[in-house]
Amino acid sequence: MDIKVQFGGGAELLFDNKKHYDISLPSKEKPWIIGDLLFWLKEHLLKERPDLFLQDNSVRPGILVLINDTDWELMDTVNYEIQLNDCIMFISTLHGG
Amino acid sequence: MLDEKIATLLKDIKRLKDKLREKEKLLFVHLQEKNNNLTTCKYSKGLTKEEITRYSRQMLVKEIGLEGQLKLKNSKVLIVGAGGLGCPVSVYLASAGIGEITIVDYDDVELSNLHRQILHTEDDIDHPKVNSIYDKLHSINRNLKIIPIKQHMDSHTIKQLLDSNTFDVVVDGSDNVATRYLLNDACVLNNIPLVSGSALQLEGQLTVYNYNGGPCYRCLFPVPPPPETVTSCGDGGVLGPVPGLIGVLQAHQTILILTNSSDGVLSQRFLVFDGSSATFRNVKLRPRNINCAVCGDNPLITELIDYEQFCGAGAHDKVENINILSKTQHIEAEELPKKLGTSLILDVRPHLQFDLCHLPYTTNLPFAEIEKPDALDLVKRLVKNIDADNEVIVLCRRGNDSQRAVSLLKQKLSDLPVNFLNVKGGLHAYSKYVDSDFPDF
Ligand SMILES: [Zn+2]
Repeated sequence: MDIKVQFGGGAELLFDNKKHYDISLPSKEKPWIIGDLLFWLKEHLLKERPDLFLQDNSVRPGILVLINDTDWELMDTVNYEIQLNDCIMFISTLHGG
Repeated sequence: MLDEKIATLLKDIKRLKDKLREKEKLLFVHLQEKNNNLTTCKYSKGLTKEEITRYSRQMLVKEIGLEGQLKLKNSKVLIVGAGGLGCPVSVYLASAGIGEITIVDYDDVELSNLHRQILHTEDDIDHPKVNSIYDKLHSINRNLKIIPIKQHMDSHTIKQLLDSNTFDVVVDGSDNVATRYLLNDACVLNNIPLVSGSALQLEGQLTVYNYNGGPCYRCLFPVPPPPETVTSCGDGGVLGPVPGLIGVLQAHQTILILTNSSDGVLSQRFLVFDGSSATFRNVKLRPRNINCAVCGDNPLITELIDYEQFCGAGAHDKVENINILSKTQHIEAEELPKKLGTSLILDVRPHLQFDLCHLPYTTNLPFAEIEKPDALDLVKRLVKNIDADNEVIVLCRRGNDSQRAVSLLKQKLSDLPVNFLNVKGGLHAYSKYVDSDFPDF
């Protein structure tokens, strides 16, 4: 299943400094949910310390997850069933001024 | 000769500017007295003749009109931060005729601020940022009430400020996590909308918290980020127009809030600008969390807490120096010159910083890469070629990463017959105590 994964706000630094990935998730029996994707990303794309991305089976504090430009809190967070061509974005909040 | 002429002129200009500032102060006292007796234009309502002309171009916009302008005139706004965001925010709000603007910042102007903090000039360096802003805003509009406060914002100072003033909007132009939580909680407890902006490198973010039942900062981020994941402008860099853009949008949001144009207010919405692709994203956010620690139905936080403790980081964007090595593992910056060309010296700053400026006879090996096998192999190979003293000197910008590197190298390469030594205070100390020609940044 082809989807887009994007990173911003510095989260891309954990993923080889690339902001856009087109990825193809292998087919599996149960539907892909965001929770599965987090671990898939950790296994396949994450280049730095895992605790800078994941904590307690979710993203670490300070990272906002967007599913097609909507906060994942409005989409059942880790349990959201990923659809073909979805765009999942991980954006770290900035604090500078 | 030329240097002398330039120095004399700069001195003269400074003297004249100080004199000018004195006269402006005196003028302001008289103007205030005059304004107290100023009558509004008999042909209109609530504004003077001069104000009608000055603000006519924005009052001709139907969303503002006379009514909107009167609202702006009767508003009080607090801006926290007089930097990359605070400058554009304050200049647009002052120009738009906000009745009273309080601006708070603890810092003095530095040369490395000027590329983005557009209200400060060369002559303002080493002066408080809030005074510099005060002067510039007054030169735009002498009739405005601008209140500069040179103060560090913490639970105590903000409480004092909010207890003695009624602000309609607070603008967050701060540069650190602790202040962002502080302002959020203070705004929730005092029921004030918070216009929050931030910027780093080529990206900017903007949203409005605590507006018309919308979410607050804690609804989105109940737990602060791990301090090591937070990058400051001083480390990560920032392109001037990015905070410029976000600051201008913060001023715009403030005006929308003050004129009750609620459709345009970014409440429960998050605007992200990515300057690397010149794209905006307008993201839909969660609503207020009824279980939020501060704005929830049964809040746990009912008064301000210690935010530096809560975040595990100071309420500023300066680096806190560490000291993790024993006394024998350091050398002073003054000892560096005689080591250049004779000892192996590793500069562990990122490549970008090394490219900006570096000492001769130093090898760049970024701290972020130092644990990787390639880097360790490189150190082993380099060590083979050294003959003198069996020492490897490790250097960075301020002397913190170099300590971490010494500790790591010592541990990873314990079988090597060398002594790893840190340069105390790094290149900052070299520039300060050895050679002031080395750029300070
Ligand atoms: Zn909240």
